Amino acid sequence: MQGFPILTILTFIPIIGMIIVLLLPKSAENNVKYTTLAVTSIQLVLAIVMILNFDYSAAGVFDVNSFQFIEKVRWIQIPDVAFLGTLKIDYFLGVDGLSAPLVLLSTIIFFIATFSSWTIKKSPKGYFAMYLLLNAATMGVFLSLDFFLFFVFWEVMLLPMYFLIGIWGGPRKEYAAIKFFIYTMLGGVFMLITMIGLYFSATEILADGTQAYTFNLLTLMDQSSYLTDGILSPLNPNNWRFMAYIGLFVAFAVKIPMFPFHTWLPDAHVEAPTPISVVLAGVLLKLGTYGILRISFPIFPDITRELMWYIGLFGVINIVYGALAAMAQKDYKKLIAYSSISHMGYVLLGMASLTSTGFNGAIFQMFNHGTITAMLFLIVGIIYDRAHTRGLYEFGGLANQMPIYTGFVTVAFFAAVGLPGLSGWVSEALVFVGAFGVESIRTITMIGMLGILLGAGYMLWTLQRVYLGTVPEKWKQLKDLDGRELTMLIPLTIIVVVLGSFPSFMLDIMTTSVNSLVDFIATTLN
Amino acid sequence: MDFANLHLSLSNILPEISIAVFLMLVVIFDLISHENKKLIPYISLIGLLITGFIVIIKMGITDSAFAVPSMNAGGMVAVDPFSSYFKLVIILTSIIVIFFSMSSKEIKDIYKRSGEYYALIFGMILGMMLMVSAVDLILIYLSVELLSLSSYVLAGFTKLRDRNSEASLKYIIYGSASSGIMLFGISVLYGLTGTTNLFEINSALQTTQINVFTLSFSIILIFVGLGFKLSAVPFHFWTPDVYEGAPLPITAYLSVASKAAALALLIRFIHSTFVSYVNDNGFWEMITVFDWQTLLIVISLFTMTLGNLTALWQKNLKRLLAYSSIAHAGYLILGLAVLSNAGISAVMLYFLAYLFMNLGAFYVIMLISNDNYKENINDINGLGFSSPLLAVPLSIFLVSLAGIPPTFGFVAKLNLFAAVIDANLITVVIIALLNTVVSVYYYSRLLKHMYFNKSEDTVTPIKVNKMDSAIVFILAGLVVFFGIFFNNIIEFVKNSAQLL
Repeated sequence: MQGFPILTILTFIPIIGMIIVLLLPKSAENNVKYTTLAVTSIQLVLAIVMILNFDYSAAGVFDVNSFQFIEKVRWIQIPDVAFLGTLKIDYFLGVDGLSAPLVLLSTIIFFIATFSSWTIKKSPKGYFAMYLLLNAATMGVFLSLDFFLFFVFWEVMLLPMYFLIGIWGGPRKEYAAIKFFIYTMLGGVFMLITMIGLYFSATEILADGTQAYTFNLLTLMDQSSYLTDGILSPLNPNNWRFMAYIGLFVAFAVKIPMFPFHTWLPDAHVEAPTPISVVLAGVLLKLGTYGILRISFPIFPDITRELMWYIGLFGVINIVYGALAAMAQKDYKKLIAYSSISHMGYVLLGMASLTSTGFNGAIFQMFNHGTITAMLFLIVGIIYDRAHTRGLYEFGGLANQMPIYTGFVTVAFFAAVGLPGLSGWVSEALVFVGAFGVESIRTITMIGMLGILLGAGYMLWTLQRVYLGTVPEKWKQLKDLDGRELTMLIPLTIIVVVLGSFPSFMLDIMTTSVNSLVDFIATTLN
Repeated sequence: MDFANLHLSLSNILPEISIAVFLMLVVIFDLISHENKKLIPYISLIGLLITGFIVIIKMGITDSAFAVPSMNAGGMVAVDPFSSYFKLVIILTSIIVIFFSMSSKEIKDIYKRSGEYYALIFGMILGMMLMVSAVDLILIYLSVELLSLSSYVLAGFTKLRDRNSEASLKYIIYGSASSGIMLFGISVLYGLTGTTNLFEINSALQTTQINVFTLSFSIILIFVGLGFKLSAVPFHFWTPDVYEGAPLPITAYLSVASKAAALALLIRFIHSTFVSYVNDNGFWEMITVFDWQTLLIVISLFTMTLGNLTALWQKNLKRLLAYSSIAHAGYLILGLAVLSNAGISAVMLYFLAYLFMNLGAFYVIMLISNDNYKENINDINGLGFSSPLLAVPLSIFLVSLAGIPPTFGFVAKLNLFAAVIDANLITVVIIALLNTVVSVYYYSRLLKHMYFNKSEDTVTPIKVNKMDSAIVFILAGLVVFFGIFFNNIIEFVKNSAQLL
């Protein structure tokens, strides 16, 4: 694999696809879909090739030598900027056990959501161009090891999302789009200020021997590169470091979305078209938790240790609040959206434990939530396409009407509930085992376990309301799944079942990195 | 009379001389040819290109013109990379504005008077070019007045709408009041120090005991005049009305070029008059007679906050951009408030970004408004689908104005905020950043109108000729290009941030 820029191709092939899509004449509008499908297929293949060539023993995280498929090119270099020395920014991509599962996840989800986008009627050119731009930006965020690059990709994600919700969404789409935009922008601003603060706090020695401020995430993790008087330097005791951590955390929390920054999510989901809901829940929510693991934790290990209880608390609030809110919903899609909030709470709780088990559980939960929630949103989309309503109380007895569909629904629901043998169970169990083992968050973990009960409650109740009982007269004509829908659901179901029985496929990829990250947080600045 | 010195001085102000010559050429051509005025804009363009060429040749020079040998430093005019940079900015803006005027329907309607129109534009250019290099209070006042008088006339030039005359009248009344106040401040400062040369005032402030209260009084009076041109709060009241009423090319011109000149003048005024020395880290050690930093920070925060909050409610596109330009003036002043070399180069970079994105946005709005003078926010409903060739560049300009990567606007904002953070003014940066979040709301509202809303009347694509499309796309392309490859541009700006 030496010399083959696999990560660059993963990131930028959607941009090439986007340009092709934009250049295609109006008469060839149908080819737009095939271009997108080709791009996402290539990405999926590349991601699988990457995993096959992945060295399971290389840790990454803070050590540049054990990152894999590294690509590093000087992007910006300006010598002698007025008294600041050299200004430099690298184009720096790399993969380790923290990002590899998520890269795989996003290629899978984008591939499957392409099929779900097949029925988009309203200006497909614009839709697929935005879809591909979103795809590129997401990949970029997962692969960047330079803060500046990370931030650019992070913000680029905003616009395609805004347009995808705003143009192709439902009746209240504008409100949802602007809410999403403002919330994310607010978070982005906090990230920006932390990024600049960190930039002025640490230096790296360049090839020519001069010192330069740096956006390099790995250098920022190395405590020896900090200046004594840098504003966010650990050597400079002040409150700004604490504030910066909070600011950065808010930026990521908006994306997770963590209570109390979650209110954009139900609105955005209800209004977004099905494939966008799938991508939003399947991939984009993980960016928040990934950002915390990749940036907040290793750069501020001291403050992370200090605040772990609060992170856990917010995780538990997410779990319980999301589940309770899900229970109260009358709209099928809103229910799934709130269940997403609840499930992301598990990720937060696992991360708060600062143990290997908890971290493994958290990353695995990100992957599983991605696949399971993607299924759930596809399931809602399928019924909405047929019935044009999502009212939970308007249905009943669909099991008789659509038996194959209900089969998939049952698998997805039980995976979401955490039935042993399906993937959701493994990650939730790891999260709770990890968190329970830590004295300080044991109590809140026990409260969090209520979430399992509540989760089973709303999921099974939904199953009963929509799929069991007798079919109302007006739904007698509903047809069962067609080929396209099967193509989307079958691979996801296989992943959910296989990973439930053989979780080590995924856990092995991340374990080395997770252990090294846990060690790093525990020992650095102690 | 020292003729060697005079010769050198004249060669140092060659760009200004060139502008003056072309001003006269335009007037003469207008007198000779009664019928064919089509050539006038082209003459103007040639004049600007030649002047721009001269400025580029003289880019590296640091010198002064019309110095009296008996004085220890500086004459009337400073020639340094800083002034050359702003001269280039002004010339670039003027070139784009001439293209603007050539395709604007408003200006086409007054075809007969286009000789005066371009002559007045050259009057403005001359005034601005002197402003960016003036180091003498007398010249400062004269150049500001030259700019003002030309722009008062241009603001009401077309006389097509009631708003037009209103704009002009408001501009004159506010403008002359504030320039009167400024002149009063200048006379007090002269009275205190006994000289009009900025460098001599500087040494007078350092050596002699001066009544601080009277001094502050005079400084604030002078600041009123410059704040008016910058449309800084609380001297901004004229801005929305004038921007709305004036012909669009002039609105765009006022929002960029005259701000550039005023900003450069303010920077030079502070730098030459109040800095005792520049320390090793590039921060300015100020003479402790007046707290510039506090004044500038307060003004800048009020300016950006008020501009952004008021922009939220605007329905007229020109007014919206007027308030947005007030907000941007706030960011620019913030960069100056750092009082460091890094801050100045950040301001200069920001201005370049502002030039591209603001002129671009105005250009697209002008093309839209050529269709029946439509300027309401509802008139761009559905534009994204009816005329994507206008909507896409406008979206890029708006995204850049909002400061979202990968655009030039983002790079400029990042550079600016980095300079402010480096000066440890973190609370200020947080307020400024929250402001950008507010601004995102109204910029995204325009996107919403273009892409999400349906047009009420039948959608007819707006016809745009190739020339205009090309200009708009070049501007949009530059905004994106510099957003990704900003290496050379930052380096260029950094090298230009040298004052005499």
